Amino acid sequence: MSTVTTTQDQDVGSTTARQRPLLLVFCCTVLGAAAQIFLKSGANHLPHAGLIAMITSLPLMVGYALYGLSTALLVMALRDAELSLLYPVIALTYVWVTVLSFLIFHDRVNPFKLAGIATIVIGVGILGKEPKK
Amino acid sequence: MTSTPISSMLWVLVSSFIGSFGAVMLKMGSAKLHKGFWHIINVHVAAGVALFLVSSWFFVLGIRHGELSVLYPMVSLGYMWTLFWSRLMFGEALTRQKFVGLGLILLGVFFVGLGSQ
Repeated sequence: MSTVTTTQDQDVGSTTARQRPLLLVFCCTVLGAAAQIFLKSGANHLPHAGLIAMITSLPLMVGYALYGLSTALLVMALRDAELSLLYPVIALTYVWVTVLSFLIFHDRVNPFKLAGIATIVIGVGILGKEPKK
Repeated sequence: MTSTPISSMLWVLVSSFIGSFGAVMLKMGSAKLHKGFWHIINVHVAAGVALFLVSSWFFVLGIRHGELSVLYPMVSLGYMWTLFWSRLMFGEALTRQKFVGLGLILLGVFFVGLGSQ
């Protein structure tokens, strides 16, 4: 598996070698946000906060599984990129959670949230830009 | 408008600090992936996940009381600790680009917190 990756990296050049980890973290934040939505909806429908109820709740299990998957993607991304570059990008989770909460739970979106989302997206965009040499 | 207790801020601060070590552990564990995908299950990744769990427990303790507009941005202090550890432990360069990007993200998280009252 590792040999395949090495060949790919050589073929596609440095731009994609830089973008691949960013794309993985991007997917990681989408899955992380989906996990939070499942946990929230699972917690809302939990009859009582017992351990058995928490283990057997389907939305909660899906939420935990998505968290696991999102962590795996983060580790895969970290293999090929700097921690100081990738870690702040996880803040995109706030963006997806706000959007999904609006779509699913009809949470109100206000100017502060919109401004926050826009600022986070610009910040991530700056981190993702090819640095000037 | 209720004020935010110092104890809540302290829990969230502790949470962000522990979480940043989780990130360091994941970075250390990620090196093992060069040997193949299933090497993703290793001591460092396990430690990282454990630290994230502990961190989220402190986070829940912290946000039970107080204002999210204060507490949310404090979570992203974890990004600043992580920047510091990246330099210290992995020798990563701290460029102006990273500081500007992170600064905007912190500002954005602050706004989201303001809007989440």
